[in-house]
Amino acid sequence: MGFLELSHVKKRFGAFVAVEDFELITERGEFVSLLGPSGCGKTTTLRMIAGFEYPDSGSIKVDGKEITNLPPNKRNVGMVFQAYALFPNMTVASNVGFGMRVKKQSKDAITKRVGELLEMIHMPEKADRYPYQLSGGQQQRVALARALAVEPQVLLLDEPLSALDAKIRVALRNEIRAIQRQLGITTVYVTHDQEEALSLSDRVVVMSDGRIEQIGSPSEIYNFPATSFVASFVGTLNLLAARVVDPSAGRLAVEGQEIRAAKPISGARSGEIVSVALRPESISLEEGPEGTNRLRGPVVDVSFLGSIVRLRIRLGDGPTVSLDTFNDPNLTLPPIGEAVTVSFPPEASLVLDQPAAAPGADVAAGD
Amino acid sequence: MKRRRGSIAWWLVFLLGVLYFFLPLVATLDFSLKAKPPFAAYTSSLQDPKFLGSLLYSLVIAGVTITASLALIVPTAYWVQLRVPRARSLVEFVTLLPFVIPAVVLVFGLIRVYSRPPLPFTHTDIGSSALLVAGYIVLSLPYMYRAVDTGLRSIDIRSLTEAAQSMGAGWLTILWRVILPNLRVALLSGAFLTLAIVLGEFTIANFLARPAFGPYLNLLSQSKAYEPAAVSLISFGLTWLAMIAIAFLGRDTRTRIEIGGAH
Ligand SMILES: Nc1ncnc2c1ncn2[C@@H]1O[C@H](COP(=O)(O)OP(=O)(O)OP(=O)(O)O)[C@@H](O)[C@H]1O
Ligand SMILES: [Mg+2]
Repeated sequence: MGFLELSHVKKRFGAFVAVEDFELITERGEFVSLLGPSGCGKTTTLRMIAGFEYPDSGSIKVDGKEITNLPPNKRNVGMVFQAYALFPNMTVASNVGFGMRVKKQSKDAITKRVGELLEMIHMPEKADRYPYQLSGGQQQRVALARALAVEPQVLLLDEPLSALDAKIRVALRNEIRAIQRQLGITTVYVTHDQEEALSLSDRVVVMSDGRIEQIGSPSEIYNFPATSFVASFVGTLNLLAARVVDPSAGRLAVEGQEIRAAKPISGARSGEIVSVALRPESISLEEGPEGTNRLRGPVVDVSFLGSIVRLRIRLGDGPTVSLDTFNDPNLTLPPIGEAVTVSFPPEASLVLDQPAAAPGADVAAGD
Repeated sequence: MKRRRGSIAWWLVFLLGVLYFFLPLVATLDFSLKAKPPFAAYTSSLQDPKFLGSLLYSLVIAGVTITASLALIVPTAYWVQLRVPRARSLVEFVTLLPFVIPAVVLVFGLIRVYSRPPLPFTHTDIGSSALLVAGYIVLSLPYMYRAVDTGLRSIDIRSLTEAAQSMGAGWLTILWRVILPNLRVALLSGAFLTLAIVLGEFTIANFLARPAFGPYLNLLSQSKAYEPAAVSLISFGLTWLAMIAIAFLGRDTRTRIEIGGAH
């Protein structure tokens, strides 16, 4: 039995279905992210766990106890908001101690715990400041401490870093994860930033249009996307239209050049068009050993992305394929227009459920 | 050069404003001093027990009115904004009705309904005073509601409410500890306006036969020459003192309030 369980949770706003048949079982102490594009129902799901919205059907349990229809102040769930939502009339210390005062805990206990929490977020000297005297990152750390003060069973965070600068965002997300590990608190984290979700989570729930597309560890989500939506939303991806040549042998043709998938292609007949996903980093700029897949075409673009260089190769007269190589000062890159051969192992070519919408489009997602 | 001319124009406008505001006061002062000896109007007014009595009565009524209308309006405006934002224009319309319905109509309505069983309010002093407060709550409704509503809009009441709820707070705690303290400025301006309305109001107090300041001033002006001017000025000064007292009670050591936003 899991610690936080959502089963068959559904939420409608009028005729519009915001969340459809949501199923999630998390272990105690697990860090789970809800990842998906804007409007896919992440916040709505989180708000149902917090009690700010009630599901139309389904149930939500924490530690075996049904909380589906409890009001938010009767649940033991902490929440961190995108806009911090610190009480402007209270100091940092009173903000953090608010929940304990509401629960009528003793003055000494409050002072002690507030001190510990401020220590934990590295802000003990800011106890008497007001929220307006703090930076955004500091405000969000106070909001985190405030949510943790009442020792909630579950911690919920709704895009807590999206109002912050890129640098602070990375520092603070690592801090959040460290604190979460230290306390062992079960956490649900909402984000539309795939890098955030992949780097923080034990498991990621990818959502689209109110539905769960896939639940898995970051490496499962990235390396073995279950649907073409997941494949295109997470990471950069080449999506190529391929004609099935021999399904049982996994043989395909892309623009007349034959490649092989590692597994037989189930549910497709020869001659049919399927879409093949290829990560840019799994393709290398060399002929490769015997048995690898090879594609040949002219270089159309070379772009430096810091530690890596991304090349684009045109296949036939249509699609292009992107590939990443590490940036090495000794590397001699082919000039634009020169025909090159690139290779990738059969395991790298992933045949997806649906035919490619735009053949040969290379889809970039995230920031 | 241009800037100089601009600032001269600014000073001119400012001067006009000052004249507009203070000329009547100066004229009143001048007139009140025409009594012989010069301060006779003031000494005789201050010695009249009805003057201080009626002023005190009106101040108490103002205090009760402010408290009661805040207790009524803050939760209402908060709830409307949080839960039924679509009803906001309707509520706004209702709060504007006192501008359309004359006070005479209001007070006759009150007397008709509350002067006979089962609700014989007008038969007792305390009952009549309660009716007076009720009337004043209605009169101050447009100002009070607007002030509170504006104050609520300047803070993110939804997030603050939800944050407090997730920490276990119920509605009363949220209103008392989170919403009210952040409405300080709004509540003060609402209170000022209500105080000013109550101290100057004549019609309702007169028809309910209350010993309030408005009717007293009116009576005085019918029987005396210089005293009404003196009393007006004294009450003007006292009103300002009362406002300063309220502002002092509600003063804020912080200079600005800001929510969210990285900086
Ligand atoms: N109170 C509401 N009334 C009507 N529709 C709503 C309400 N709340 C959310 N929705 C709709 O439900 C859908 C899901 O909203 P939700 O806020 O959960 O999205 P999200 O995944 O958090 O998106 P974002 O990344 O933009 O925050 C949206 O289409 C939204 O318009
Ligand atoms: Mg959201």
